[in-house]
Amino acid sequence: MSGATEGVQLEEQIARWREYLRRNRAIDSPDVAELEDHLRNQVGELSSAGLTGDEAFLIAVKRLGSLDALSLEFGREHTERLWKQLVLPTDADQSRAQVHEMLVVLVLAVAAAVAIKLPGLFGLGFNQNENFYARNLSLFVLPILTGYFAWKRRLDAVTCVWLSLAFVGAGLLANVYPFSRHSDTLELTALHMPIALWLVVGIAYVGGHWSANGGRMNFVRFSGELFIYYVLIALGGGVLTAFTMMMFKAIGLQAGWLASDWLVPCGGVAAVIVGSWLVEAKQSVIENMAPVLTKLFTPLFTLVLLAFLATMVLTGRAISVERDVLIAFDVLLALVVALTLYAASARDVNAPPDIFDKLQLTLMVSALLVDALALAAITARISEFGFTPNRVAALGENLILLVSLAGSAWLYAQFLRHRGSFAAVEHWQIAYLPAYSVWAALVVALFPPLFGYR
Amino acid sequence: MDLGKDLVAASATPLVLAILAEGDSYGYAIIKRVATLSAGHLKWTDGMLYPVLHRLERQGLVSMKWGESDSGRKRKYYRITKSGRLLLVTQQQQWQVVDETLRGVWIKA
Repeated sequence: MSGATEGVQLEEQIARWREYLRRNRAIDSPDVAELEDHLRNQVGELSSAGLTGDEAFLIAVKRLGSLDALSLEFGREHTERLWKQLVLPTDADQSRAQVHEMLVVLVLAVAAAVAIKLPGLFGLGFNQNENFYARNLSLFVLPILTGYFAWKRRLDAVTCVWLSLAFVGAGLLANVYPFSRHSDTLELTALHMPIALWLVVGIAYVGGHWSANGGRMNFVRFSGELFIYYVLIALGGGVLTAFTMMMFKAIGLQAGWLASDWLVPCGGVAAVIVGSWLVEAKQSVIENMAPVLTKLFTPLFTLVLLAFLATMVLTGRAISVERDVLIAFDVLLALVVALTLYAASARDVNAPPDIFDKLQLTLMVSALLVDALALAAITARISEFGFTPNRVAALGENLILLVSLAGSAWLYAQFLRHRGSFAAVEHWQIAYLPAYSVWAALVVALFPPLFGYR
Repeated sequence: MDLGKDLVAASATPLVLAILAEGDSYGYAIIKRVATLSAGHLKWTDGMLYPVLHRLERQGLVSMKWGESDSGRKRKYYRITKSGRLLLVTQQQQWQVVDETLRGVWIKA
């Protein structure tokens, strides 16, 4: 072996070793540089004593000590490093890109805040126009969020046009329908519009490649994390609002208008943008919270459902069919679907079935049972109640969630009996995602005319 | 002769401080110096020196500065501080007490 190729080989070995070391949280990059200097000194000395590059490298690495022991010692000295922090990278190029992105996010967040205040300039204040804001709320923020991802993922012009058309269409539907003043279909529009448009955000999130491998599951992960960040930001915002009111009260001024007209609406929409950016930025830094909550709550929900079923059997009580009981079962199914989805999002597809998977199946089957009981009770009496828009929407949602859950449960059972793979479960859940948005879009587009804008 | 773990750990601080009192140095050179001084009896796992140096730095006993090696690569140099020198003096006295005590016993035996 010539000296030159040996040198190249050594550099490769050191580069691999460096990469390996960098993955360790307790050892930061200046430490790696310091240890590398040590390693090179040692290798140099051993080589000049007549060892080949390979031998010298092996001995030098061995003398540094095992990585486990080393990282334990470093971790003991630098305990703070075991807490992951969101820091801007020190690398000049990278940090410039990050600062640039922060500026873009800031501008977009301000744009969302301005957008929600803009109608006020034309005499549409928050107080007298609840209906206008209810049906348009998602249109103030989701186009901007979509814009952020379009910018970040460098979407091509054609996709951008299609996505904007979706928002324009949604805006038209929400505003040209002649809803009556206290209309149920208007409430349905307000509720379903964000669900329908979330799919548009998703298409931008995956960079226009909806069917690309892994993209949709990432969007599911993103949605869960965004929800959690949003709740946290909202909590902080609540503290800020309460604090503002208290301080101004101390000098005899009522700041209620400041909170209700500015802090809450502007903060509420801006937080969606900022939260999305945080999820993107912290992706690799912090543990995903949604799967952690899933792991925590799956056993608890299973217990509650089993207890509920057992109580029904033991006491012989039937589900009392009241007017809005369907909503409760929709919520139940949605929760269980979310629990299975987020459990799947954090699961290694190739891992064999374990106890948690059995629990998951128990949860799904008991939810299906409970829902079947409720559906049986309701359909028997639906003609008695009449088909109001709310009831039809709730029934449709129930069926959609039921099919989703039944499919997951069936594939899960196959997987647990080693007749199928977990990938099939995941594939089903992912492929089913657009159904929720499509149904929501149908509710927004068809229900108002079908039910005479009641 | 291999020294016990506790003894190695206990002697690390005065040893590193004493070597740095001779002049500024860096990790690899410190390890070489230890090996020479102890005639190879004091064996450290090389990597373990660095957390020790970082601890001394946190305690303000040494300061560090990035410099360059002869070949132009980045190298971290350590320098003993004033409080490091003060600690070294007290440690020297303490170790002398231990040394004298042990000698007293062992000569009688």
